[in-house]
This record gives sequence, C-alpha cells and structure tokens, in this order.
Amino acid sequence: MIPMLQLVLRDLWRSRWPAAYGLFLLATSEALFAFGENRAQAVASLLTVTVLVVPTMTLALGVSQCFDWRYCAELLLAQPVRRGAIFAGQYVGLTLVLSLSFVFGVGLPFLWMGLGSRAAAQALAVLLAAGILLTLVFGALALLLGTASEQRLPALGRAFSLALFLCVVYDGILLAAATGLADYRLEKPLLALALLNPVDAARLLVLLKLDVAALTGYTGAVMQQFFGAGAQSVALLPLALWVAVPAALAYRAYQRRDF
Amino acid sequence: MVEVVGLSKRFGRRQVLRELTLCFPPGRLTVLVGPNGAGKTTLLKCLVDLVRPQQGSVLLDGLAVGSDPRLRRRIGYVSQLPRFPEQLSAAQVIELLAALRASAPVRRDEVLDTLGLESEIHRPLSQLSGGTRKKVSAALALIFDPEILVMDEPTAGLDPRSALRLKDWLRAERGHGKTVILASHLVSELEELSDRIVFLMDGAVWFDGAAAELRARSGEQNLERALARLVEERIAAALAEPSTTAPIAAAKTAPWPRSAGMAGR
Repeated sequence: MIPMLQLVLRDLWRSRWPAAYGLFLLATSEALFAFGENRAQAVASLLTVTVLVVPTMTLALGVSQCFDWRYCAELLLAQPVRRGAIFAGQYVGLTLVLSLSFVFGVGLPFLWMGLGSRAAAQALAVLLAAGILLTLVFGALALLLGTASEQRLPALGRAFSLALFLCVVYDGILLAAATGLADYRLEKPLLALALLNPVDAARLLVLLKLDVAALTGYTGAVMQQFFGAGAQSVALLPLALWVAVPAALAYRAYQRRDF
Repeated sequence: MVEVVGLSKRFGRRQVLRELTLCFPPGRLTVLVGPNGAGKTTLLKCLVDLVRPQQGSVLLDGLAVGSDPRLRRRIGYVSQLPRFPEQLSAAQVIELLAALRASAPVRRDEVLDTLGLESEIHRPLSQLSGGTRKKVSAALALIFDPEILVMDEPTAGLDPRSALRLKDWLRAERGHGKTVILASHLVSELEELSDRIVFLMDGAVWFDGAAAELRARSGEQNLERALARLVEERIAAALAEPSTTAPIAAAKTAPWPRSAGMAGR
C-alpha cells in the first residue's frame, strides 16, 4: 500500500486542489472569527460551513481523482500487488490529504487567536473530528461513485446530486415532515431519520458538544433528552457505519472492476 | 506454461470472448491477430488479471493467475495505450514498480540502452512523445526480466530502428525459453517473429497454427491476403447461417485444427 500511497500523495500535492480547499477554509474561519462574538459562536458558524463544504469538496475531488488514477491502473495492477492495496492507497491518500487540509484551514485560526475556554477547545476538537469523519464518509462515497462509473462527467453529476441531497434536500424533507405532521408525536422517527444522514449525524455530534442542542431544533433537543450524556456516542455510530459500508462497497466494486 | 481454459467475457450485452481454450508453451512466440474488436486486447488483459472473465480461467503452471497476485511477478505487460502517472519521470516509475514488485530491475541499463531511452529517463512522462512513451512501456515490462511477456501492439508508434531492436530482443527472449504473447496488426511482425499465429474473430479462435500453414490452407502466399481470406470465410459462414451463435459455437469447439483446411467451415 505504501508505494501507492506515496504516488497518491504526490499526485494530490501537485493538483493544488487540496491546498485551495485548505486556504478557502482558512479564509472562511478567519472571517467568522472576525465577525463572531466568541469562540463558541465561531465553532457553530464553522459547523455550517463544514457540513456543506466538506461533503461537496470531498465528493468532487475524490471522484475526479478516481478517474485520474484509473488511467494508470493498468500499469499498477499488472504488477504483483493486490488490488486491495492499490485501493487502500487511494482511499487513505485521499482522505489523509483532505483531512489535513481541513484541520489546517479550520484549526489554524484557533491556534493563533487562542483557544479561549476549555469548552471552546473541546468544541473545536469535536468539530475537527466531525470534519475528518465526514471526509472519511464522503471519501468512501467518492471512490464508490468513481469506481462504479465509466465516465467522469456523469459520475461528477451523481456526486453533486448526492451532496445536494444529503446537505440540503434531506433536511428540507425532514423539516417539511415535522411541520406538516406537527400534531403527531414524531420525535423518535425524526431522530432516527436524522441519524441516517451522515451530515446530520456530524452536525448533531458537534452541536451536542456546544451544549446548544435546544437551538439545533427538533432533533438535537430530542436527542439530548433521550440519550443525555451518551448522545454523542449515539451520533458516532451511524457515522462509523457510513464510513464502513461505502468503503466496503467501493472496495468490492474495485475488486470486480475490469481495467 | 500459460493456459487459457474455457475463457468467456462479456461487456454488457456484447460477448467479447467465447469459451476460449489456448495454451502458450515456453520458448514460443505467439502473435494474436484479428480485426478490431476481435477480443485480442481483452484476452491479453485476462492473462494479467486486469479483466476478470465471467467463465473460465487463466492458469500459470496450473495456478489461476487471479488467485495470487505474486504470480504476476513472472509476467511483463505492455498495454495498447501507454498510460503512466504523468507527473513522474520514467526513472521514478521504475522506482515505483520496483517498490511494488519488491525486486530490483535486473536488466535496467541493458533495456534502456537497447531502446535508446537513456536521455529520456529523467524527463516527466507527460513531455514524452507517443513513440517514446511506448518505448518506456516496453522497457518497464522488460527490465524486471519476467519469464512471460504479454504485449499489446508493442511496436505500434515506434520508429523503425527501435521497432527492429525490440523485435530482436523478443526473438532473443524466445530463444532463452521465455513465453512471448503479443497482439499485432502488422503483417511484418507475423512474418518476422511468430512461431504461431492465433487468429481471433468474434471472440473465438478461427486459426491456430504457423504462418506456413496459414499460407498453405488459404492458397495465398501473401500473409495479409491469407488473413483477409480468413475474415471473408468467417463472414460467409455467418451469412450462410444467420443465427450467429451457431457458427461461433462451432468455431470455439473446433477452432481450425492444424490438420483441417480453411474450408472447414
């Protein structure tokens, strides 16, 4: 896996997209610090940016890179190396580079402006963890889409559609359901539905740490009420599944693919 | 010994290989020929496990090639379209492959000298011409001194001097007991190199024998005309029997045995 990982890291480094991504997050974080009142508010604002930008960027770059790497797959797979090792090198390389860009862009302003209170530091740590988890989830989804597709543009189209659905449309459907069916007790089903979406699960993970769950609306408040201190662990479980299942499916597709 | 046993491959609804059974013994140079889309490249890719068949298997000394990636250490492969990590130089790709194979390129200098690549070795691959990229592709297959060479149109795009040198190299490899399997559209390559010609059409074998046998059966001294005759025979057979699966199924079970004439169908 190591030679492939080195190749992927070198390739991503030269593509400049991860650097642009990191710099965009850095500029956004700086701006939110400048206009925010305190660290906690900055974390809450950065969360909104994170759950929109990380899935979209990871899917777009991941699918695109997947097609770039496919061009030299013939050369690599003709060598005495397991396909799994090539796949693992791609997945680890992609998610490692994008995670580092994310940590650089979001974490650096906190370092030079000070972490503030212990609670704000913990909230930042959870935000960074949520961003990395989202990178792992959408990196796996990107490789799945890229491996299962024959052409780049349709694959990118599917990637953007997926990002749009999970980041925007899904919440809209939940909100419409909660509003339309306000007379019924739907806390549990809505909570379960929210946790099915990795973006919502990541959002809840951070907001519960910020101790402003009630402000997150329906699902956050219900979750805090149901699970109390263990609520974060409950949010972690679907995220872990969202990493494992698409990664396993992408691995399977890569094993079966013709090159 | 490389054996292809009952190999079938379909891409979507298109059947590309039809229960192919072939044997490639050591010390022989086999050239796969056939019209575009006959299944040559798919067959070569199956030999290195780049394409995975729906049925059948490729055996290397009795072991399925797909079962153990370490078996590919014994194979050198040249693809039809040489594609590389573009940002790297040929020297860096050699290092990468050496790391992947966990072995040193034992014939590096000899191969680079033969193919005239020394001056190009440190340039980024993205800056190399098509012919030079093809030479790099051939070099990458040869430098690890594999006992089986699988090459898809290895001399296409090469200048005459490099093509000649590569052909000389392949002849020498055959002389050393190596198995050489290559696909080609060049009649000159058939004339100069082949011990054996395998003519594929519609994913089935339509001729398997030496160039002399092909000439004798077709009654054509010109090899290009002899091959064209094969194509015409195949088309005539398909027209005579519109259910195309019937002649193909027959062909796969009795693929132009050496003792049979061309009018066997």
